Amino acid sequence: MIGRHKHCISLAEYSREEILEVLDLAVSMKEVLQRPIKKVPSLRGKSVVNLFFEASTRTRSSFEIAAKVLSADALNWTASASSVTKGETLVDTARNLEAMRPDVLVIRHSAGGAPRLVAEHVGCSVVSAGDGAHEHPSQGLLDCFTLREKLGTLEGKTIAIVGDISHSRVARSDLHAMTKLGARVRLCGPPTMIPAGIEALGATVRTQLREAVEGADAVVMLRIQHERIGDPLIPGTREYSKLWGLNAKKAAEWLRPECVILHPGPINRGVELSPEVADGPQSVILDQVQNGVAVRMAILYLLAGGNPADAGEAKA
Amino acid sequence: MAEVLFIEGGRVIDPASGTDGVRTVVVRDGKVAEVAARLERPRDARAIDARGKWVTPGFIDLHVHLREPGQEYKETIATGARAAVAGGFTAVCAMPNTKPVNDNASVTELVLARAAAAGLARVYPVGAISKGSNGEELAEYGELLASGCVALSDDGRPVLSAALMRRALEYARAFGLPLTVHEEELQLVGKGVMHEGAASTRLGLKGIPGAAEDVMVLRDIALVELTGGRLHVAHVSTKGAVRAIRDAKARGLPVTGEVTPHHLALTDEDVAASGYSTDYKMNPPLRSAEDVRACREGLADGTLDAIATDHAPHSAVEKDVEFDAAANGITGLETAFPVCLDLVRAGALSERRLVEALTSGPARAFGLAGGTLAAGVPADVAVLDPVAEWTVDPARMYSKSRNTPWKGRRLTGRCLITIVGGRIVHEEGRTER
Ligand SMILES: [Zn+2]
Ligand SMILES: [Zn+2]
Repeated sequence: MIGRHKHCISLAEYSREEILEVLDLAVSMKEVLQRPIKKVPSLRGKSVVNLFFEASTRTRSSFEIAAKVLSADALNWTASASSVTKGETLVDTARNLEAMRPDVLVIRHSAGGAPRLVAEHVGCSVVSAGDGAHEHPSQGLLDCFTLREKLGTLEGKTIAIVGDISHSRVARSDLHAMTKLGARVRLCGPPTMIPAGIEALGATVRTQLREAVEGADAVVMLRIQHERIGDPLIPGTREYSKLWGLNAKKAAEWLRPECVILHPGPINRGVELSPEVADGPQSVILDQVQNGVAVRMAILYLLAGGNPADAGEAKA
Repeated sequence: MAEVLFIEGGRVIDPASGTDGVRTVVVRDGKVAEVAARLERPRDARAIDARGKWVTPGFIDLHVHLREPGQEYKETIATGARAAVAGGFTAVCAMPNTKPVNDNASVTELVLARAAAAGLARVYPVGAISKGSNGEELAEYGELLASGCVALSDDGRPVLSAALMRRALEYARAFGLPLTVHEEELQLVGKGVMHEGAASTRLGLKGIPGAAEDVMVLRDIALVELTGGRLHVAHVSTKGAVRAIRDAKARGLPVTGEVTPHHLALTDEDVAASGYSTDYKMNPPLRSAEDVRACREGLADGTLDAIATDHAPHSAVEKDVEFDAAANGITGLETAFPVCLDLVRAGALSERRLVEALTSGPARAFGLAGGTLAAGVPADVAVLDPVAEWTVDPARMYSKSRNTPWKGRRLTGRCLITIVGGRIVHEEGRTER
């Protein structure tokens, strides 16, 4: 359980306290990752099934490592086109996996709401590893974890999220979590990439990059996903990188020196970020990767009902 | 020979004849014989005690999908007609998007034969605008009219070609048939699955802007001006469409419109609140609160002529899937009256206007018989209890399908007795479900 929740599907429904519960536990999980022997018995005998309908080596590996560090059995069930083309529905697939009695089912799917549909048909906990353009809660949590590490707190901070907000589940999870933790969020991108009514979620919208990043404590640069853009939202990546990409010159002129730069990866180098910026001193992109494992350990631990005695060990 | 019915002591609401008050309705030889305040009941008459109830003309639904022929696992003409009379509907217009499409006399005749065999609601077939509803060639309107079609529609999809729409409106003039149109500009719709707005953004579902409907309604009104054909806009859902129809009517154009109970009662926020329930997925999608307000106003001021359910049964195979993949549509015949009665209680609609939009409004829009209790017309009557409360249990409904967003909800208002052609075809509590 995380707070009142059996599942981790949407940060929109998590309270500030529930978000902090995960982030606080992730601090001790990160300590485990820094030990020479990265293994604790917290989830021994538990099983975690990764069910990925969309390719994502990064997120899947991160969940897999998180499960293994906690001594859970991790099974990757790559739902390639095979079962789908056989006419098996998502609900059928979920029921079949349920028969294997997993404790946690991690699901990535191209349709918004798919993890919720699965959760209605299985008895175990469900973690969304990203559903369509809806949410990517573990990414939202790891971004907040990284910001807490770098900025101390999110309370009163200003964060700019730049890119294709329309198609970004990261932007939505970030926005929910960051605003609940007290940050002000500015969204930025070409108007074609700003979805209708996003202000209702508590953000302000800018179309000029400079206005969005000036004075910000952190900037999240989103990946421009050509493959997910059905219609021509931008004339091309050349103009996009000129107007909405960050290079060393813009970073030096517009960003506060202490501003940190995040990116959910993988980066289109030269589009969202120039290589100097991606690998520069303000970038915390590699921290995000390690923090992702810690946050996912915390999520799995909380949902799989780890042994409190072992938790003590993890915290020790 | 049908028995003589004395429907006594009910509040008769018949907007077509301007009646609203306690009257007795006498049904004899299948017809309304008399509607009067004080009448002596002859000994051979069957008395129906309607005290505290409403007695109205049977409802007429301009827009239902009965799925037969072709998808009988979702609904048949018999089960659909059973659901209709349970909801107070004595006549329904069956959309032609069956398998095969109703674009010729043989399908029309089959629909009429099945409806006659069921012997419940009157079923008026709607023929296709284009052959196979493919939007390429005109269907044979003369044959469709002769075999019993009352209107033309390619419902389920828009008529994409403006040129074909022009010819359809022109050609249909020779037969006096209205074209009932499903308005959406498919390129603006794209892969959209719900209304575009704050709710779709939060859910991460692809949105369909209201403008996708508006531009097609405006296009077709321009074509009505060009051709003089009769246009009926199906399931109006946007503020812009209501405004366009209001303007067209003000200019005297032969344009009518219908609105569904769900577009009057629910918004895109209900989709969000349902947690991606596919019982909230329909086309057009549930719109914004502002659009709902405009539709209610349009219905109240007569811009929209009729309430039509767009009853669209689907099985679990089409609905128990991801929201993106689910079929569009909900059932509506058995819940229409209580859902719309809620609007009356909310002050959005008068009782008279509600009954009008379910009876004489639709009759006029398609030139159908019925919709009134005037003496001499076939006795299609509904006896309604406006205060009966009930909980919607899909397992206890007459439709073969269970895709209703009112599942588990408590509704107020129920049809007690439905009479078609002087014969009682539904009596609440009499028939086992
Ligand atoms: Zn339609
Ligand atoms: Zn329809």
